[in-house]
Amino acid sequence: MKEVSVIVGGKAGDGINNAGAIIAQILNHLGYYVYIYTDYPSLIRGGHNFALIRAADIPVGAHNNRIDYLVALNQETINLHFPQCPDCTVVANADLVKSVHNGQTVSINTILKEETAPPITANSAMIGAFAKSAGIPWEIVSEVFRLHMPKAEENSRVARRAYDQIRTTRPISAIPGPAHSLLSGNEAIGLGLVAGGLSSYIAYPMTPASTILHFLAGNAERFGITVIHPENEIAVILMALGSAVAGAKTAIGTSGGGFCLMTEGLSFAAMAEIPIVIVVSQRTGPSTGLPTYTGQADLQFVLHAGQGEFPRFIVAPADPGEAYLWSAAAIRLSWKYQIPAFVLTDKTLSEGTYSLDINQIGDLPAPDPILWDGDGPYQRYRDTPSGVSPLAFPGGKDAIVKVNSYAHDESGITTEEAQLVTQMTEKRRKKEAKLRDELNLYPCVNIRGSTGATTALLCWGSVRNACDEVAARLGLRVIQPVVLSPFPEQQFSVACKGVQHLIAVEENATGQLAALAREYGTSIGATILKYDGRPFTPDELFVKVQEVMAP
Amino acid sequence: MTRNLITPVQNTWCPGCGNFAIQHTLKDVLSDLENEGKSLDDVVLVSGIGCHAKIADYLNINSVYAIHGRTVPVATGIKLANPRLTVVCCAGDGDAYAEGLDHLIFAAKRNVDITIIVHDNRVYGLTTGQYTPTSPLGFRGKSTPAGTTEYPFNPLELMLASGATYIARGYTKKMPQLTQLLRQGIIHKGFAFIDVLQICASFFNMTEYYGQRVYDLTNHNTGDFTKACAKVREWDYNRDTPIALGVFYEQTLPTFDDRNPVRDLPADERLHRIHDFFEVSK
Repeated sequence: MKEVSVIVGGKAGDGINNAGAIIAQILNHLGYYVYIYTDYPSLIRGGHNFALIRAADIPVGAHNNRIDYLVALNQETINLHFPQCPDCTVVANADLVKSVHNGQTVSINTILKEETAPPITANSAMIGAFAKSAGIPWEIVSEVFRLHMPKAEENSRVARRAYDQIRTTRPISAIPGPAHSLLSGNEAIGLGLVAGGLSSYIAYPMTPASTILHFLAGNAERFGITVIHPENEIAVILMALGSAVAGAKTAIGTSGGGFCLMTEGLSFAAMAEIPIVIVVSQRTGPSTGLPTYTGQADLQFVLHAGQGEFPRFIVAPADPGEAYLWSAAAIRLSWKYQIPAFVLTDKTLSEGTYSLDINQIGDLPAPDPILWDGDGPYQRYRDTPSGVSPLAFPGGKDAIVKVNSYAHDESGITTEEAQLVTQMTEKRRKKEAKLRDELNLYPCVNIRGSTGATTALLCWGSVRNACDEVAARLGLRVIQPVVLSPFPEQQFSVACKGVQHLIAVEENATGQLAALAREYGTSIGATILKYDGRPFTPDELFVKVQEVMAP
Repeated sequence: MTRNLITPVQNTWCPGCGNFAIQHTLKDVLSDLENEGKSLDDVVLVSGIGCHAKIADYLNINSVYAIHGRTVPVATGIKLANPRLTVVCCAGDGDAYAEGLDHLIFAAKRNVDITIIVHDNRVYGLTTGQYTPTSPLGFRGKSTPAGTTEYPFNPLELMLASGATYIARGYTKKMPQLTQLLRQGIIHKGFAFIDVLQICASFFNMTEYYGQRVYDLTNHNTGDFTKACAKVREWDYNRDTPIALGVFYEQTLPTFDDRNPVRDLPADERLHRIHDFFEVSK
């Protein structure tokens, strides 16, 4: 694999994410697939921020330990990162960084003064300096500024000054091929929801789900949706359920703590058979935990949240392509079966940025909801062979729609009658059986890497990307269930066929997917767990996998 | 379609319960509206959990029998998704003032065009007699056998401070006036709040108390915020002062649903715009 990694660092408020995004676009236009990992503390200004851009000649979805370039807006960036990458080439801000080994500096202040440019353009100087140091043609830098930088002309002038002051010391060669779309996981989720027919998105801000709210609110008109930010997560889910009762396809998003507040609404959705899509983006817990760091510790919570027993659909995408496809599928399946559907993601995927080609994403079936045909008196909870009752909405002609959180009869009237309660419970159970059948048409479990290998890495969500790389190096199979509920037992057993040693890799302390797989009789040979809030790097995982494979 | 507005479901409210009065008043208001040309297909009732909430089973209209304290966000979601609908919440005082107080305040703040009727019997009935946020100081309930140690709050004052644009109080023993108050509240464009004093025949029968104190608001300027403030403070739900009934405040302001219109885009145009977004992300 041909690859290059760049860290750009500074203090919070320096616009490090934007600088990272522009550097990623430059490498994208140079023909590389890129991935951006952002690392920042939970504060607005001050503190250390960095973005790590990894570019390669094949798609990548994880950052690695090796760093080639360090772009430092301040001394702290050097202090923190240089010891980890003593071979890297440094480009630094001369105003704040005194001296560098193996690198060059430019004075941002001087450039800004000469160009009479505002401080907000400081990053552009560093980007220009980096580009020249890496021998990237000015035309590419200028094109990326034109396409992706507000006030492109002014920023371009600042970048050009720095570009002209620096010598090329470590060239990054171009790769033939087109530029791809660069999307974050949360943008892909938002776009997928829109593709699935979203009418309304309702959310209370919570990292790392907030950027779905920001993205959809900022593009509400463009995509023809309504976006509301209510008083708390309890209101979020209840408002969404009201919206769905009135016929609007509605999704909500939060992280673990916010989802805790939604569980009574979740259980209501299940009993009242109101479709809803819930995006849960995991961060390190318990409680407030590490708000801006990643984790995979909420799988068992999402599997079991809410009082009572009811079917739920849970999908955990590994990359933006899967996030896009399965978010759309979550809406459609939620409406077809009138059940809660979850898109379970994590900080790494939500806030990571990835190269994506819409023509390579593929397709999933797009079922429609089953609507009432207008015949006879309407019964909201009519028992049918599939358990799915045809939908009508208030405001429709001659349908009296009675939605109920109590145990109810087919008309939606409260009941405590034993036989009816049994019948209606079984009605809801039938929906799960039907959904399980339908999911046989979907690729619920991915088998990747060396598909015939007898040692396999078992993983879910964003961790799959690091697993892919390790598997490629060691000749292993990767088994990644995308759908986690209803558990795709058949497809999973096919995926495990011939495996003698199954190694579960998860970013939690207990092995939650391993526990789920064990419920279905899977024997887990070893677990590799990480729970410090940082995602696995392939290099780190490579070492750990070798350890557990050693005889 | 003229429909029978009462379902055949067996009614399980206690004899003498104030809920009957609210049910029949609401039925009469809806029936009148239907006679005036409104389709009841366009009406949705949202109830919480508690004795009051059984009204969802008893009235033969679209309904969401929701969960405790959450009528208002459900109603808000319905209204946002389909602004053509007339959305009425029936909530208990435990529902609206304890479990779901935040939602009530925010609905008033947003001036969302829904109506909330609070069945305020000042006691939890279905859970067999505990104090609520409007029970008087010293109320002896099962959870406070020695009497409550906190004052009630005044929901009308709270609603006035929060931005509700229609604020009224009725009493279940004054049905003609209650009919007028509910009708006006439902027709009002904006957030309409009606606190209905209701006796609980089993756990807090205030018939005699209210009978001695209630009077009708007359010569009151409902458009004057300052006068409304003074009037809602006359009775604080604790002291033994006269209790005014009627409309305290009414104002017309832009609504939340008007400011958040439903947007609609054909599916193929959406996909086209998604593809455009992928394109500009290159």
